[in-house]
Amino acid sequence: MSQGPILELRGINKSFGPVQVLHDVAFSVHPGEVTALVGDNGAGKSTLVKCIGGIHPIDSGEYLFEGERVHVNGPRDAAELGVEIVYQDLALCDNLDIVQNMFLGRERKSGLVLDEDTMEEMAAKTLAGLSVRTVKSLRQHVSSLSGGQRQTVAIAKAVLWNSKVVILDEPTAALGVAQTAQVLELVRRLADKGLAVVLISHNMNDVFAVSDRIAALYLGRMAAQVKASEVTHSQVVELITSGRSGELGIGNGIGAAS
Amino acid sequence: MTTETLPKQENADSAIGTHVRGYVERVRGGELGALPAVFGLIILCVVFSVLRPSFLSALNFANLFTQGAAVAVIAMGLIFVLLLGEIDLSAGFASGVCAAVLAVLLTFQGWPWYLAVLTAMVTGAVIGLVLGSLVAKLGIPSFVVTLAAFLAFQGVVLLLVKNGTNISIRDETILAIANKNVPPAAGWIATAVGVAAYAAIQFVQARRRAARGLVAAPMAVIAARVAALAVIAGAAVYMLNLERSRTAIVSLKGVPIVVPLIVILLIIWTFVLRRTAYGRHIYAVGGNAEAARRAGINVDRIRISAFVICSFMASIGGIIAASRANSVDPNTGGSNVLLFAVGAAVIGGTSLFGGKGRALDAVLGGAVVAVIENGMGLMGYSAGVKFVVTGSVLLLAAGVDALSRKRSAATGR
Repeated sequence: MSQGPILELRGINKSFGPVQVLHDVAFSVHPGEVTALVGDNGAGKSTLVKCIGGIHPIDSGEYLFEGERVHVNGPRDAAELGVEIVYQDLALCDNLDIVQNMFLGRERKSGLVLDEDTMEEMAAKTLAGLSVRTVKSLRQHVSSLSGGQRQTVAIAKAVLWNSKVVILDEPTAALGVAQTAQVLELVRRLADKGLAVVLISHNMNDVFAVSDRIAALYLGRMAAQVKASEVTHSQVVELITSGRSGELGIGNGIGAAS
Repeated sequence: MTTETLPKQENADSAIGTHVRGYVERVRGGELGALPAVFGLIILCVVFSVLRPSFLSALNFANLFTQGAAVAVIAMGLIFVLLLGEIDLSAGFASGVCAAVLAVLLTFQGWPWYLAVLTAMVTGAVIGLVLGSLVAKLGIPSFVVTLAAFLAFQGVVLLLVKNGTNISIRDETILAIANKNVPPAAGWIATAVGVAAYAAIQFVQARRRAARGLVAAPMAVIAARVAALAVIAGAAVYMLNLERSRTAIVSLKGVPIVVPLIVILLIIWTFVLRRTAYGRHIYAVGGNAEAARRAGINVDRIRISAFVICSFMASIGGIIAASRANSVDPNTGGSNVLLFAVGAAVIGGTSLFGGKGRALDAVLGGAVVAVIENGMGLMGYSAGVKFVVTGSVLLLAAGVDALSRKRSAATGR
């Protein structure tokens, strides 16, 4: 799958008051691929993601979606384009069941009444489409689910809406070994279904396990965006910690434009 | 996954088994639901009827309903506020203010009853709008806002009833609410229609889900639910239709008019909470306000609306209280009304931590509170003892709520 990027950012700048968090950042996301977004704490990953999701407006730069310039002024705009973000704290309601959470704020209704049956069917179809088989009942409260299952529900909620780009913020940070494997498998399946997936992670093993491309942020600048197959573990670590690694990185001319 | 792997023609026994097991699992996991209230009610009724046989008399049984009605209605509104994890301490005196408005308009201004009732209810809604806006928009904790309102409304009632006199109500329609009864035959017909409608809805729903391959409640479980409703409603209507007049001259029998009123309110609010997107959003805001906000729900509007519903229901509670007392005095909606209402909601199973509760809780808990008050009255205990016991029961219910929450956390629910 080598068509053009579905989502492309060019020359993004973002400041909070006197602090410039993003400097001239370029970032592109391709359908059918997992793009890992890595960087040390404070490198600007979360800010970049929030700019994509419309939570922070960008100061300057171009936001292209499917090759066309768009203006994203709020989370609603991003959702309308088909960009969904799964935040680290998941944003699930513990006192609601899986179906209720997946449709929260976008409930299906027939007239005044909630159309529970259709919602349950759609939720089941989505989960089955992601080959999720670990959930016992769609009607169990989210509070009774394990961390991995909750992550699964949050991801399923994001893909339920025919989204095209799914951004996952540290989906495996709080999970055990087996659950991490499950979630990574799910991430890979999303990309194989043709979605563009952005994976934010600190864990190099996770990054190399599933991603096609790696974008490394260093102090608010895009150090490099490269194919995962073309770099080694230690090169990525160098990019994260010093912004450059041999030929790659800031100041070598290749970096941001790749 | 669930649905596809389930065989369509499930063995009936195993379906019931799964259903029952699921229920037992939920209870063990800390979701006690209505269990404490139902058990409490049964134990209290047995104890009181053994100690004071007159507890079970037809007259006293009817009394229980009119006694508990106002508190149950106020509690039903409070549940909306409690579901958000907020509290409305002013609901009692809000009902007093609305009752006083009603009485002033009826008795002093000579308004027709429907206009007076409408004005009282609008007063309630406006009170809720103000309280809710202060909580949601200004961000003052609901505890403080409603505590201030509690004090202020107490003053408003005093001002409205002109410093301590009491306003008697002579309007026939208003008095009928708590003092007149539905004709026995009408009571039976309404009960039969209600049970049949419940059965039909349950049956159609299960059929529709089964037809779409979703997990549906087994027929035996539905039959048991319908039978339970029929037995309970039938027994209550039978008791209420017994002659309870002590003299031979006037006949006194039938279901008190407040009972169908409460049932209708119960059905409306249950429908709103369980079947509409609005109700879903109430639970969502109570469970995780941040998640609700990110899902595009207008959290402020939900907060305000819950306070509006609460004070609106308080106004209806005030009207019922005024009808039962035949008058409004400075203490209408005062003293223990609010604590009884909060107690009713919590005893019924509504959590003070938000996110958990049903409209039915108000009725079940209201029944427990009414039985305690009534039974202890029959035993001849003083008001002091009654307060102590009711306070202890409220504390017990809140303890059960907190413990079940701990247990939920421990079992990962």
